[in-house]
Amino acid sequence: MSRIRRLLIANRGEIAARVIRTCARLGIESVLAASDADLDSLPARLADRVVRLGPAPAAQSYLDPDAVVRAARAVRADAIHPGYGFLSENPALARACEAAGIVFVGPSVESLHAVGDKLTARSHAVAAGLPVVPGGEAADVAGARAVAAEVGYPLLVKAVGGGGGRGMKLVRDPADLAHTLDLAVSEAAAAFGDPRVYLERFVASGRHVEVQVLGDGARAVALGDRDCSVQRRYQKLFEEAPAPLLSDRLRAEMADAALRLAAHLGYRGLGTVEMLVDRERDTFYFLEMNARIQVEHPVTELVTGLDLVAEQLAVAEGQPLRIRQEDVVVTGHAVECRINAEDVEHGFRPSPGRIARVVLPAGDGIRVDTHVQGGSVVPPFYDSLLAKLIVHGADRADALARARAALDLLRIEGVTTTAPVHRALLADAEFAAGGVDTTFFERFLAGRLVGADR
Amino acid sequence: MELTPDDVRDVLRVLDSSGLSELHLELADLTLTVRREGAAGWTAEQQVTREPVLESGHDGDSGAEEEPGTGQTGHSGAEVGEGLVAVHPPLLGTFYRAPQPGAAPFVDVGDAVDEETVVGIVETMKMMTPVHAGVRGTVVEFRTGNGEFADADAVLLVVDPVGGGGAGG
Repeated sequence: MSRIRRLLIANRGEIAARVIRTCARLGIESVLAASDADLDSLPARLADRVVRLGPAPAAQSYLDPDAVVRAARAVRADAIHPGYGFLSENPALARACEAAGIVFVGPSVESLHAVGDKLTARSHAVAAGLPVVPGGEAADVAGARAVAAEVGYPLLVKAVGGGGGRGMKLVRDPADLAHTLDLAVSEAAAAFGDPRVYLERFVASGRHVEVQVLGDGARAVALGDRDCSVQRRYQKLFEEAPAPLLSDRLRAEMADAALRLAAHLGYRGLGTVEMLVDRERDTFYFLEMNARIQVEHPVTELVTGLDLVAEQLAVAEGQPLRIRQEDVVVTGHAVECRINAEDVEHGFRPSPGRIARVVLPAGDGIRVDTHVQGGSVVPPFYDSLLAKLIVHGADRADALARARAALDLLRIEGVTTTAPVHRALLADAEFAAGGVDTTFFERFLAGRLVGADR
Repeated sequence: MELTPDDVRDVLRVLDSSGLSELHLELADLTLTVRREGAAGWTAEQQVTREPVLESGHDGDSGAEEEPGTGQTGHSGAEVGEGLVAVHPPLLGTFYRAPQPGAAPFVDVGDAVDEETVVGIVETMKMMTPVHAGVRGTVVEFRTGNGEFADADAVLLVVDPVGGGGAGG
């Protein structure tokens, strides 16, 4: 066991501010590794110290494992928190940390490899007894036809190296299989440096439900589930915990499945097991496992009362789990609205720039995780997430009502934000009823545009 | 270094019992203004005034002496010559001349373009936006290289318009 006294945060944005907050609470010294574009950011002001990581483009800073380890050595940090995205699931960084005697706040190199590649992850899930979407690898057109015969149409062609909706193609007609496969292979090679693709049954009405797990390498606990079905082009906009309108049986089976996978991997760290809930068949399939903290982790924190970053640091230190499964109690309902610097009225066009003013709702059950304040610059190099409005209520209806009130008080001025689309979403009857599928939001947007058409 | 939501809630509890509707706090590292917004609830406006404490000397980056900034930047606002047309990005971002790394560029010097021809992509906040020539003519010159950052007023490339009377034609 090695106590973390000085933590290098190799990330930016709201998650950097979030990790710094837990460091401050626990008395851990926080050092932010920042690119040139972020040296004057709010997280840089909040961290105890800042070390320059490299130029603004992420490839030369947040995505460079050597630069991150150099920064950690320069400030003699005893651990690195990679946040989400960037290098958070990169085995090269985990390995470099190991070599440098620095604690990587994340799972083992083996676990990162096991879940980093979709096909490997799938085979581990099968080995652990989890249901997976019917499908298989397709090396050539003949192989693809054989798999397609089992899976049926419509089906998805997915890049092994893809993820988050990237490298995925829908095939409705057998006549389109051959050329779509060719296209997918060449695009996968170009985009991910890995030409492998596989086929999967297309679930027409699916919900994205995920189970939060935490493991110490010997034991794991499930910390409830989240529903992240409100998506646009596979980007999540709104999340909630627990997932609404799930049968007790399905919920329990999913938690059990997530724990089986964690046990199979001997998982140490915070992880999320993503499932696709097939609404028509009332069943679920394993999708993938994210071996890091998630953007939407605060909804789990609000309903469980846990500080997931603190637990993540504890298991990274080598401490055994401090939570028993029977201690995990989900209270009420929490929702999260992602406030992005995007212009919804212009196809979610990015809106970087200088923030004039940030006025946030405050009070019981309200939490805003952000990295901007008046005067902050939102650089064009990174993602558009400005803030997460997270609201806890006694039940789902209460949480949604409180979120509506909180959204009306939130003012981020200077850039265009997605706050208006959340106001519209929270006013929608189908959404308020709960349990929408992943196609809902695009339909909602289309209907809204029609409705707005004088 | 900051007031957490819990800290702010504690402040609100005091205010709730005091009947005050606004409070402005100035601390060493930050200022905080909390306001009662009618029946809707409270807002908080926090400004962290503490300056970042930047480690000097041991730079995490091994790179050469380089001004902190945005890396390479496309030449903005430069003259394009009489009769020629400058193509600007639809919004600021990193300019790419090809659809994927290693792929052939969308267009090259000497190529004919029309209004709708895609001449490049601009990446802004991880989102890709195509750049259209916006004019019919011939590509004369690229002013912004592949992978360079371009401000909104940067000249990406220069087109000699058809019937524009520019050199060459």
